[in-house]
Amino acid sequence: MRWRSRIVLGVPAAIGVLLLLVPLAALLLRADWTRVIPDLGSDIAGPALRLSLLTTTTSAVLCLLLGTPLAWLLARSEHPAMRWLRALLTVPLVLPPVVGGVALLMTWGRNGLIGQYLEGFGIQITFTTVAVVLAETFVSLPFYVLAVEGSMRGLDERLESVARTLGASDLRYLRTVALPLVLPGIASGLALAWARALGEFGATITFAGNFPGRTQTAPLAVYVGLQHDLQIAISISIALLAVSVIVLGLLRGRWIR
Amino acid sequence: MTHPPPARHGLAARIALTRGRVAVDVGLRAEPGEIIGILGPNGGGKTSAVLALAGVLPLESGHVRVGGEEWEVPGRTRLVPEARHVGLMLADPLLFPNLSALDNVAYGPRSRGRARVAARERAKTELASVGLTDHAAMKPRQLSSGQAARVALARALATDPLLLLLDEPLAALDPETRARTRSDLAARLTAYGGMVVLVTHDPLDALTLADRLVFIEDGRVTQAGSPAEILREPRTPYVGTVVGLNLYAAQGDSRGHVAMEDGGALVTTDASEGRVWATVPPSAVALHRHAPEGSPRNNWRLRITDVTLQGQSARVGLSGEIIMTAEVTLASVTALGLLVGDEVWASVKATEVRTYPR
Repeated sequence: MRWRSRIVLGVPAAIGVLLLLVPLAALLLRADWTRVIPDLGSDIAGPALRLSLLTTTTSAVLCLLLGTPLAWLLARSEHPAMRWLRALLTVPLVLPPVVGGVALLMTWGRNGLIGQYLEGFGIQITFTTVAVVLAETFVSLPFYVLAVEGSMRGLDERLESVARTLGASDLRYLRTVALPLVLPGIASGLALAWARALGEFGATITFAGNFPGRTQTAPLAVYVGLQHDLQIAISISIALLAVSVIVLGLLRGRWIR
Repeated sequence: MTHPPPARHGLAARIALTRGRVAVDVGLRAEPGEIIGILGPNGGGKTSAVLALAGVLPLESGHVRVGGEEWEVPGRTRLVPEARHVGLMLADPLLFPNLSALDNVAYGPRSRGRARVAARERAKTELASVGLTDHAAMKPRQLSSGQAARVALARALATDPLLLLLDEPLAALDPETRARTRSDLAARLTAYGGMVVLVTHDPLDALTLADRLVFIEDGRVTQAGSPAEILREPRTPYVGTVVGLNLYAAQGDSRGHVAMEDGGALVTTDASEGRVWATVPPSAVALHRHAPEGSPRNNWRLRITDVTLQGQSARVGLSGEIIMTAEVTLASVTALGLLVGDEVWASVKATEVRTYPR
């Protein structure tokens, strides 16, 4: 009986592990390690990595500033409308990124819902760095909001009752007690959102295009590199892999045991 | 039930709200400096009443007036919790885990606009008065349950509330800590001098700390009065259990015959006519193996349903013609060989049976 269950469960599990780990190993094995560092400073990789750093950091700050209040309102409100809102916010989470890119184009593009009015002021969003930030925020904000909302829901509501009888307004309670207590949740939400923004490809190439130095982020540079210089694609991939592992390390102990 | 006259500077409230399946509608009054003990079975609406006074739960109807100020009248006034001068302490101390004991206590004064230094000075004084000066810098997780409860009390009092709300403040403590914290609490409440609403289901808390008791059952006030009145004349089966008396709803006549509504009869020298409550102290019930001779006129042959020991005495549950609890010495338990299921004779002197109008 024991050996049967080992085979029935063990074989699929082992195949699953191989499916996940062999590609990572392949990436590392096929890399020309003498070229990795020089490649990262090259004309394709250097600007792309810098742009990625700039745009993902901006998008993480946007998540923090917009997502934290949103998470707080979602976590506290029992209103039925808030339940619908939460369900709606998960749509971008499962939406294919390319579809997100098309949706952004329909919003901010030259004839878009909002873009048509900006056009009058001579403001163009599409195919600019701003578009990259918008695309990254679009895909990463739901991750942030849901992660932070989860940890805010874990707070004991009675703490707020006590704080209010002590004379604290709800904003003061939020600042002095609730936010300090959910700080670990905010940190892991940020790491998660940032990692998602870093990997963003579909929405970016659809909505912001692929202009080196302006909208060509690291994942886009990998795609371009693949067409004429495989090794530079591998080098950038290794850099992104390393960053992902670091983010994973930061999350360890909270999400991964 | 008699109401004291409206308290102009005290607390006057009628709290009507629905929470879960319990419709609460209770009147509460307190004179300045009075400690009101609220007792009642769990789920009867005690905590809802306290949270409504704090402004955490809204009233559906009724009013809350404290110190001559209107705190809440549905449709007209509703002060938010931070605008009411209340202190709230629950069974769970609910200290802010990210703040030290000192900053927890200083949180109230700070929130009410005191400067940081002044707030901390006040917090130090409060901590000293609960004997925790040395624990000021500790985080809540470093404190024992008894210490945390004392910090919570200090925090609730640091804003000089008009009304202090204590919801089962000692319930989370182990028996030994509870006894010590109870005497600390009593001392601190005496020094505080404001109005206190103390919710508890421990009769000892209520009898030792409260000036007046209010029983809430199924969302209604079923009895209110001074501890002495309540101890003497319980008026619901629950109150009877709390004060430890056998209580019977009955019909009495002028000659001292008492016919109980559940059947059975008593004879008393303390006759009241009409609808009455009759009480029999458990300590007045004598148990015998054989039918007793002589004076007792109340005699029954009853079956023992349970025996529980409390130190040197035992409480013996009896049922049959009448249901009652007897309290006998441990020595007589052994001498009589009392076992659950045995039949024994129980007798009560007519002078021990009290009756009073229902």
